[in-house]
Amino acid sequence: MAGLPPYASTGQRVWYYSFRVICGLIFFFLIAPILVIIPLSFNAQNFFTFTPEMLAFDPAGYSTKHYRDFFTDSDWQLALRNSLKIAPVATLLSVSLGTLAAIGLSQSHVPFRRAIMAVLISPMIVPLIISATGMYFFYSNPYIPIPFFGKVELPFTLTGTYWGVVLAHAALGIPFVIITVTATLVGFDQSLTRAAANMGAGPVTTFFRVQMPLILPGVVSGGLFAFITSFDEVVVVLFVGSAGQKTLPWQMFTGLREQISPTILAVATILITVSVALLFVLEILRRRSERLRGMSPG
Amino acid sequence: MTEVLAADGRPLKASLNRALRRQKLRALALIAPLLIFILVSFVMPIADMLFRSVENDIVSDTLPRTVEALDAWDSASGETPDEAVFQALYTDMALATEYKSHTRLGSRLNYELTGVSSLFRKTGRRVKRFDTDVYADAFRDASPAYADAAQWAEWMDDDALRDALPRTADAYDGWAKMIVEVDNDVPAEEEPWDFVYTALYNDVMTGAEPPVAVDLSGVEPVSLREQFVEIDKDWLDPNVWQTIKIYSPKYTNGYFLNSVDLQKGPDGAEARPESERIYVVLFIRTMIMSLSIMGMCVLLGYPIAWLLANLPDRTSNLLMILVLLPFWTSLLVRTSAWKVLLQQQGVINDTLVWIGLVADGDRLQLINNQTGTIIAMTHILLPFMILPLYSVMKTIPPSYLRAAKSLGATDWTAFWRVYFPQSVPGIGAGCILVFILSIGYYITPELVGGTKGVFISNRIAYHISFSLNWGLAAALGSILLAVVLILYWVYDRIVGIDNVKLGG
Repeated sequence: MAGLPPYASTGQRVWYYSFRVICGLIFFFLIAPILVIIPLSFNAQNFFTFTPEMLAFDPAGYSTKHYRDFFTDSDWQLALRNSLKIAPVATLLSVSLGTLAAIGLSQSHVPFRRAIMAVLISPMIVPLIISATGMYFFYSNPYIPIPFFGKVELPFTLTGTYWGVVLAHAALGIPFVIITVTATLVGFDQSLTRAAANMGAGPVTTFFRVQMPLILPGVVSGGLFAFITSFDEVVVVLFVGSAGQKTLPWQMFTGLREQISPTILAVATILITVSVALLFVLEILRRRSERLRGMSPG
Repeated sequence: MTEVLAADGRPLKASLNRALRRQKLRALALIAPLLIFILVSFVMPIADMLFRSVENDIVSDTLPRTVEALDAWDSASGETPDEAVFQALYTDMALATEYKSHTRLGSRLNYELTGVSSLFRKTGRRVKRFDTDVYADAFRDASPAYADAAQWAEWMDDDALRDALPRTADAYDGWAKMIVEVDNDVPAEEEPWDFVYTALYNDVMTGAEPPVAVDLSGVEPVSLREQFVEIDKDWLDPNVWQTIKIYSPKYTNGYFLNSVDLQKGPDGAEARPESERIYVVLFIRTMIMSLSIMGMCVLLGYPIAWLLANLPDRTSNLLMILVLLPFWTSLLVRTSAWKVLLQQQGVINDTLVWIGLVADGDRLQLINNQTGTIIAMTHILLPFMILPLYSVMKTIPPSYLRAAKSLGATDWTAFWRVYFPQSVPGIGAGCILVFILSIGYYITPELVGGTKGVFISNRIAYHISFSLNWGLAAALGSILLAVVLILYWVYDRIVGIDNVKLGG
């Protein structure tokens, strides 16, 4: 839509402007629900709508009491701590395993590449409720299947444990790491690793000194995706976790389902701030990655 | 032709092959840890769920003797099984009560026939107080050997005696196993329970020779059938027996039949009663709602993607933030936003009342119904439509439209005949993505859908957490999984999984 030509007819003019209005309305639909949360979280009353005082911009209508609730309530604090304990470990697991596998997958001769890729991406495609169901059954009584023999039951359970949730979240985060890192590796010039090897660097040195710095933006953005997947995940943790693993989204979910308290809006605002920060970091990474790609030949 | 040799003197071809094989192994070695991790933490749970949707060994595990005895019973006869089946049931129930597995079996069969659960509970409470103690007394009175635990253990070690008294041996083995597993006692130190004596009595009455001669002519036979009927008349109901018999095989398609509103009858699948049919309606509703969400996403996403693809880069990058911010915002934040906005006392209704479009008395019901689910989910999934559409539209050269117009096409013709067909791959990709995501959604419908606006996934969650009918949950999940995997395959064909882009 490169502006309106001077010879445009009235009909075209009307359409041009009404199209912009329509697009404006759709953007409004996209962004307004998120923005409206922010002022509402400063409501001095326990209401979910704008009070007359708020509309009159009376300072008495606003307060930070819902934020105070969040930072003093033991349930919310436990949830926050759990989220911060689970997500980084799950991210670390998926990033380390995922990056290795992505490097393997991007080599030129990989047998069954398509099938392996399909398996590794599947946690993103399978509906969460199905993953949660399967994990709920399997983690509560894990076993090793042996063909023609039956199964050897393992003497522990993962349901309701910290590691069960971490394992599940790591699995859910892996597709994102695989996708972003393989995408970065497409632009990676393999002759650089050969050059490093030529100059006497071992595979480990080559990886950490040559390859890693170049694909780092992809690895970090994959990690951010994995982190947000775990940090934002509620279905699987509802099934696999127990009250001891209650995370922030879980607490929000029960809060929304049972007694909806305005503290949720304060939490939501904090999370919006976090996602704005994440978006910002990702954008920087994307630019950096493009610049790096521009530098390497090919 | 002389063979070309590599530096180390091997033929070059072999040397290259070796290098290639090495390379392949190296690649696989890099992938292997993750592949194993995914297989254990994700694929096996899914396989386990699929297995659970057909697994059904609870009946044959809990009532093995009854299941065997029922083989001879003709379920079409409309008659109650004979005394032999009740004898088997007596032994099974007496053991199951100790293992406390009868209540689980009862609730399992209750999914198929209402009332079985309470029947099993009731029977479990009273099965130990049957009048069969007369048999035990008669044997003990006849010879003290019958009251001697060690003597019993010795008898039951004797193969010849075991062959002569098959029922007794079987009942004794079940009892001994239970004594060890449940009571942690030694069978050779415990006197057998009444049902073992009952089995012995039945063996003797059918002509077997007891280890020590007894005269049982003075003992009044106890009809086990009547004992059971005394607990509950339902034991006379052929339907109860039919249900046990139908669900006795180790594997069943019963859960799958249940998920499409059928049930197992004596001769194959039959429709469920009208009042119990919910799943087909629910599947259709899930489909229709996912399709409407998909349609809404196309309708709202297409203009936005077009605008973003055709604006100068600076502006479109800025506007892209408006698409990416919702994409990155927590799902629960967006859902809670809609919950707040759509309430009867919420912002939307307040605004409408303030404008005067709606009277204060009849505020719109926007939440806890299908409208709520569709609005909230369209908002949540819209970025998934815009992003693939945008990346396709970005590749369509704007000169095509100009060319069409300079050849005399009207704006509409140029769009519809030239631009739109080229954007179809983007629509396809976005539609499948949105459809796959929406069909399995759980959180948003659960929070804003009320009862009418829920999806099949909410029913799966209900069966896992509340009704505990795990087999049915697994069957419903398997059907949903099959639908998603087919769509995934189609998506892979059209777009390719390697081309999935995240966040533009």
